Amino acid sequence: MWLVGLIVLGVGASVALTVSAFRRNMMFFYSPTQVARGEAPVGYPFRLGGLVGNGTVKRGQQGLAVRFAITDGRQSIPVTYKGLLPDLFREGQGVVVRGNLSPSGVLNASEVLAKHDAKYMPPEVQDALKKGGAISNPHAGETVGAR
Amino acid sequence: MIPEAGHFALILALTMALAQAGFALCGAWRGRVRWMQVADSAVTGQLFFVTVAFGVLAWSFYSNDFSVAYVAENSNSHLPWFYRLAAVWGAHEGSLLLWVLILCVWTMAVELFSSELPEAFRARVLGVMGIVSAAFLLFMLATSNPFTRLFPAPMEGRDLNPLLQDFGLIAHPPMLYMGYVGFSVAFSFAVAALLGGRLDAAWARWSRPWTLAAWTFLTVGIAMGSWWAYYELGWGGWWFWDPVENASFMPWLAGTALIHSLAVTEKRGVLKSWTVLLAIFAFSLSLLGTFIVRSGVLNSVHAFATDPQRGVFVLVLLALVVGGSLAVYAWRAPLIRSRGRFDLLSRETMLLFNNAMLAVAAVTVLLGTLYPLIVDAMGLGKISVGSPYYNMVFVPIMVPLLVLAGIGPMVRWKVQGAGALARKLRAALLASGVAAVVALWWIVNTSPEAVLGLTLAVWIAWTSLQGVFERLRHKSRPVRALRQIPRGFWGMTLAHLGIAVFVAGVTVVSTFGVKSDLRMAPGDSFDAAGYTWRFGGVHPVEGPNYTAQEGSVTVLRDSTVVARLRPQKRTYLVQRNPTTEAGIEAGVFRDLYVSLGERLPGDGAWSLRVQYKPLVRWIWFGALMMAVGGALGATDPRYRKLLARERAAADGRGEVTV
Repeated sequence: MWLVGLIVLGVGASVALTVSAFRRNMMFFYSPTQVARGEAPVGYPFRLGGLVGNGTVKRGQQGLAVRFAITDGRQSIPVTYKGLLPDLFREGQGVVVRGNLSPSGVLNASEVLAKHDAKYMPPEVQDALKKGGAISNPHAGETVGAR
Repeated sequence: MIPEAGHFALILALTMALAQAGFALCGAWRGRVRWMQVADSAVTGQLFFVTVAFGVLAWSFYSNDFSVAYVAENSNSHLPWFYRLAAVWGAHEGSLLLWVLILCVWTMAVELFSSELPEAFRARVLGVMGIVSAAFLLFMLATSNPFTRLFPAPMEGRDLNPLLQDFGLIAHPPMLYMGYVGFSVAFSFAVAALLGGRLDAAWARWSRPWTLAAWTFLTVGIAMGSWWAYYELGWGGWWFWDPVENASFMPWLAGTALIHSLAVTEKRGVLKSWTVLLAIFAFSLSLLGTFIVRSGVLNSVHAFATDPQRGVFVLVLLALVVGGSLAVYAWRAPLIRSRGRFDLLSRETMLLFNNAMLAVAAVTVLLGTLYPLIVDAMGLGKISVGSPYYNMVFVPIMVPLLVLAGIGPMVRWKVQGAGALARKLRAALLASGVAAVVALWWIVNTSPEAVLGLTLAVWIAWTSLQGVFERLRHKSRPVRALRQIPRGFWGMTLAHLGIAVFVAGVTVVSTFGVKSDLRMAPGDSFDAAGYTWRFGGVHPVEGPNYTAQEGSVTVLRDSTVVARLRPQKRTYLVQRNPTTEAGIEAGVFRDLYVSLGERLPGDGAWSLRVQYKPLVRWIWFGALMMAVGGALGATDPRYRKLLARERAAADGRGEVTV
């Protein structure tokens, strides 16, 4: 019996640990429209996805700082990032960035993800684009996502 | 016509699988030897037809038959021939065919190597495997036929995903599938034992070598996947907690628990129910892995296929396997009786704790992988948990597990005196203490995790080696005693030493690794990790089916050249996706790693990622040691000898063991 008790205790402790770790590291996904409406948290990391706005990518002359905007066709959120961009990052491409929103409304990204297949669109991004109107024809979205 | 022959062969294979399942199970039920023999022939026939189908698909790839839709989707006439063959399992349909082929190979192996097993038991094993095979063949024929034609046939194929054009792809999926599918043997042994109502030490002994073999393949497969991600994705990471990686990691955790609990069940005849359940879960998690990777339900770099219909089919299959086997378990559970008692301080308890922790680890991975999917499916928002979650959860679960890996093998079965154990562990404790102090002194501003990791590595290495010495200590002829140590014991020792090497590698690379993203113009140099990295500029090069920009980076140490690295940015001619080929100088103690970013405005500058990765190779070398340990355990001659002896005893008594 004590053995069972000991194991139950251990498993219980691990479950508590897991759940609390899960809660603390859970990250929500927002679309540019949601961020513009103020639904995204300030000072707490989240993920933002959409298309890289055409003509918005600006490299600094020094260092690796880069600025661009993520759009869903309705709203556009400015993003700053420092470092190497993924292979498939380019204007008009679907990306997901992770970072904190500054009080001035700029997202400071700590990670930029572009999917490794040009035909593949992250499902969240596709959803956000459909809602935002960047994809007007619902079937167009499917051909982007299907592979 | 050739692709149609492949299609036809698949249909015939399905009938063979059904015959195998039906005759074997009914034969075992009714005790008809002839029926069971029919099942044997069906196994051979099924392997033949699946091999034919696989050969046909491979031929279609080799001969660039783009009238086959699957070939047109995943190949191209400019692709080198070995990648064309590897492209057979580059996407969903072909990898399913590989899955079934491997299942047939395992089934054949069971048929060949278990002639010593009781006939009815063996027939039940083959029958259960036949059911699994039939389900997969049905799935393939109904939703994902690799031989579907395309009219009109395109002139050229769409090419294999460039990331998959690599040695890693040739070998990684078959290895992984050998592991996944190998657990179907352990599963079938468990279900067969349940059906026959005979769950005893013999059952555990029979399934041990098979489980170890599957586990070995899975370990190699996962390690290869990690190595592939390290050099091919260009990020220099070796594990991303990506859902697809988790999909292979969960069956590994369950399988690791299973090989340990099988030891308890074999040696002491306890924990039977738990072992049976683990065998069921390990295979279920393998199926879940197949489902996760190949249905495209996850937003993941690996999920190249997206088709919800298939997902539903696999989900139903999964429900049937898990539900069906649990139903059999519930029906037979009252028959399972564990004899034998054991003390709180005993090998049994240690292995029980090992199992509890591995199970908890598997559940945490399962939660992190599936919960976001469930939340999304219910429309409650899109969430994700990344590596911070897993790191936070895994360290507290793994630390006690690693401590235990040192103690467990020292503890006796049944009962162990606390004082004697403490005396045994004294030296190991001292060594680990010294290691901790050295780590603290060596790494001045270190993280506590680094000290903990290195201490644990020393702890496990010391106790594992001590285990070998204990076996020789009181022997008058130590060399002879060394040779008498069973192969399984060497396997365990090597696998545990592998853990030590792995832990050391992970700890050192995550503590002392250096990573810098830089802007470099030709002629610029940068100092990091005691090396000078000099950028020589970029020039275009051409490959067979791609063009590339190749950078040159010279790495110097004390003004002498250590390495010249040539990272590339490739553009494949058909799919036009740029990919990064890292320039890596590999070494036992460190890797120098440079990847090329993009061209920046002005003076020919590029963005580069420069990385110094100490002991990173130890991660895969440790995994390889674990795998070799598993192979040693699986091939221990003891299993075959015991099997032959049992058979002889049964014959001598003139009875048939069922």
